[in-house]
Amino acid sequence: MSSQKAPSIAVRGVGKTYSGVTVLHDIDLDITPGEVHGLVGENGAGKSTLLKILGGAIRADAGTLSFDGEQVTVGSPRDAIAHGISLISQEGALVPALSVLDNVFLARWSHRGGLVSARSDRKRLAELLEVTGFTVDPDERVDRLPIGVQQQVEILRSLARGARVIAMDEPTAVLAEHEKDNLLALIRKLAAGGTTIILVSHFLEEVLSVADRITVLRDGALIRTGKASETSPRELVGHMVGREIDVLYPDPPEVPAGAPVILSARGLKRGLVNGVDLEVRAGEILGIAGLVGSGRTETLRLLFGADRPVEGVVEIDGVALAQHTPRAAMAAGVAMVPESRKEQGLVMVRSVAENVALSSLSGRRAGPFVKRPAEKSAVGDISKSVDIRAANPEAPIETLSGGNQQKALFAKWLLRKPKVLLIDEPTRGVDVAAKTQIHHLITGLAADGLAVVCVSSEIEELLALSHRVLVLRHGEPVGEYPRGTTPEVVIAAAFGDHSEGEES
Amino acid sequence: MSVDTLVKTAAPGSGNMSRLAFRMRDYGIVAALVIIVIALSLSTDTFLTTGNLVNLLDQTAVIGLLAAGATICIISGVFDLTASATLALSAIIGVQVGRATDVYVGMLAAVVVGALLGFVTGTVVVRSGVNSFVGTLATSMVYRGLAVVVTAGAIVYPMTDAAETFGMLTWPSLFGLTSATIMFVVVVAILAVVVARTTFGRRLYAVGGNAEAARLSGIRVGSIHVTAFMISGVCSALAGLILASRAGSAQSSMATGTELTAIAAAVVGGTSILGGEGAIWRAIVGALLLTLIGNGFNLLGWDTIYQQVLQGLLILFAVTMDRWLRKRTR
Ligand SMILES: Nc1ncnc2c1ncn2[C@@H]1O[C@H](COP(=O)(O)OP(=O)(O)OP(=O)(O)O)[C@@H](O)[C@H]1O
Ligand SMILES: [Mg+2]
Repeated sequence: MSSQKAPSIAVRGVGKTYSGVTVLHDIDLDITPGEVHGLVGENGAGKSTLLKILGGAIRADAGTLSFDGEQVTVGSPRDAIAHGISLISQEGALVPALSVLDNVFLARWSHRGGLVSARSDRKRLAELLEVTGFTVDPDERVDRLPIGVQQQVEILRSLARGARVIAMDEPTAVLAEHEKDNLLALIRKLAAGGTTIILVSHFLEEVLSVADRITVLRDGALIRTGKASETSPRELVGHMVGREIDVLYPDPPEVPAGAPVILSARGLKRGLVNGVDLEVRAGEILGIAGLVGSGRTETLRLLFGADRPVEGVVEIDGVALAQHTPRAAMAAGVAMVPESRKEQGLVMVRSVAENVALSSLSGRRAGPFVKRPAEKSAVGDISKSVDIRAANPEAPIETLSGGNQQKALFAKWLLRKPKVLLIDEPTRGVDVAAKTQIHHLITGLAADGLAVVCVSSEIEELLALSHRVLVLRHGEPVGEYPRGTTPEVVIAAAFGDHSEGEES
Repeated sequence: MSVDTLVKTAAPGSGNMSRLAFRMRDYGIVAALVIIVIALSLSTDTFLTTGNLVNLLDQTAVIGLLAAGATICIISGVFDLTASATLALSAIIGVQVGRATDVYVGMLAAVVVGALLGFVTGTVVVRSGVNSFVGTLATSMVYRGLAVVVTAGAIVYPMTDAAETFGMLTWPSLFGLTSATIMFVVVVAILAVVVARTTFGRRLYAVGGNAEAARLSGIRVGSIHVTAFMISGVCSALAGLILASRAGSAQSSMATGTELTAIAAAVVGGTSILGGEGAIWRAIVGALLLTLIGNGFNLLGWDTIYQQVLQGLLILFAVTMDRWLRKRTR
């Protein structure tokens, strides 16, 4: 994109310690200009930490960085940008209330005599859209855009800043299947144009397909760097975990004949959602598939009462919910793992333990007081069963790695022992091993008689997990498919008759 | 499949820099308080006298109570700018009910009025959905105006035969401390337990830290906010009773502006204005610090015209330190 060439990056002896816990140790890494460098590892391995050090978001405690053989200090994101490095973080860093245009040129608006000159920004944005093949309305506020498009805005911003090295932290975690393909194509295109891409992802096939070389981190140490063409997914997992493990998805247990219907909804309507009916029996896992904007998340939110339906009923055990509020739904035994950890799921400044305990507080109280020993053991047990790796349960949950936050979110709802579990993106940001673990957890819950409704952008995951898959399109059910349906069939249904071209 | 749970235990951070900074952030403000106490003890022979200490705590009581109320609101993510207007209105009504009935009934009435006004403030903020800063600013003008209306702008006194009883909060009590101090300590202790140990306290932090996540966890965000305002209202009423008891009267312009001192005390103590974090003990430490400065000026015979300047600088210093230490622990 930029006329200047990407620098070669040499990381030497880089380390980082947080309150006595070493999270990165003695990292040596070379990144050659124009390569796509994959970075993989378990949750908490230190991938984001390494990227943040490169992007100037945090400072290393030890070691040096050199660009083109010259040692540099990257003390702030500003420094990094000056060196042509741009970080697209796991959490996203757009200003919600500003337009696409303003976000892309954030703090670097073109100006003439102190006045922002929107016209030349518009022209620059049009050029960038041309290069990337994105189609976004420059004047739309970014918080009104689907997550996938928000991410495109971040990429546009990196390019607008003349980034020659773009570090992306799990960019595809929030994307639907076809959006992922688009992003990977763009990565290839950028790399071919000489931009270096550093890519963190838990989708190993994806990394293998796009990266030139792959580095594996484990427990803060660099295990190995190797050519992608000479590595198999199985080998990668072995390096990540430190031993051979099986990463096959479990099959959900048969739904017993005559299992009662636990959750049923009829004629749900609100906004996008236009008349959704569904029924889930005890022990059954219903998957909901659809494109971004098809009303999947919205449907879950209506079932949980997070939004109030304009029309329609939700019944639990044959009894209609008295009110459409999360409280009423929870009282009836419904739980929902929401789509976004940061906005809807977790209270970032509070501790891991407090977050996990939050939705089931009244189950462990003596009068107005929290029963602290009971809470400690409940949180301890559930954390163990979903494998939350936290140095200290009293530490703020924002200090956990993304995948571990996801597990904590899961744990919080399991503590309520729900009858109906609604899950939006169950394994977003979770590593391969932990993903299998969560799948085992979900199928295990179904075996115990829970009714589960699951939304996932990852079609393979959805098909592996569900007994039935309901496909939504423009907020309406367009078909229901039994177990064993191929991804192609479901995707075709999600797109309508003709594929591509007509997505959100 | 077997992935063993690997619970990494924190390595003993032997004098580790970042860990030290972490502690500093938590308890730095206590160190500042101790340093000022030591400095005053060494530089004057009057500071460590019983008389001065009793006086100091008595003076802290009003700001301390208001700061505790402010802290509860701030933790839950709202500001209560009605504190001093609520203080005046409830003290005035307390005095007037006391005239009609009995001093004790009057005091009880003041507390009830404080809670009611808090309920109204909270309901206005929650129902209207406007930012609490603006909402409570407007509400406080209404309360202050009502105080003028109720008193017709005059000072209100208890009945002459009840004047002595009305001064009861200034009487010495346990350990030679004033009754006001004892009341302050008891109330603050109760609030500290409420915030730290109850399910309400947990919800308070959750609502302030992330209101949407709290709502989706089944917490009634609105009623938590209303309760926070009610607690703040009761704290204001109690502070109003102390002031009225001391002065032997109440008036509509009582304690004007102290709501900001209370918020300042909370922030100096280290409670984050962003919500979701903080503690009652921090409010007390902050109130003590601000009061100590005034006390120090008196004892050292410094010109009190510089007192506000120093208090302002202290607030800036506290907030800057807080930011700096947070950055260091990134
Ligand atoms: N600010 C912080 N304070 C304390 N510990 C932290 C902080 N940030 C990260 N950590 C810890 O550092 C370790 C590495 O975290 P990092 O976010 O780099 O993991 P990751 O490899 O990106 O994991 P994931 O795949 O889950 O995103 C984790 O154990 C995490 O808990
Ligand atoms: Mg990460």
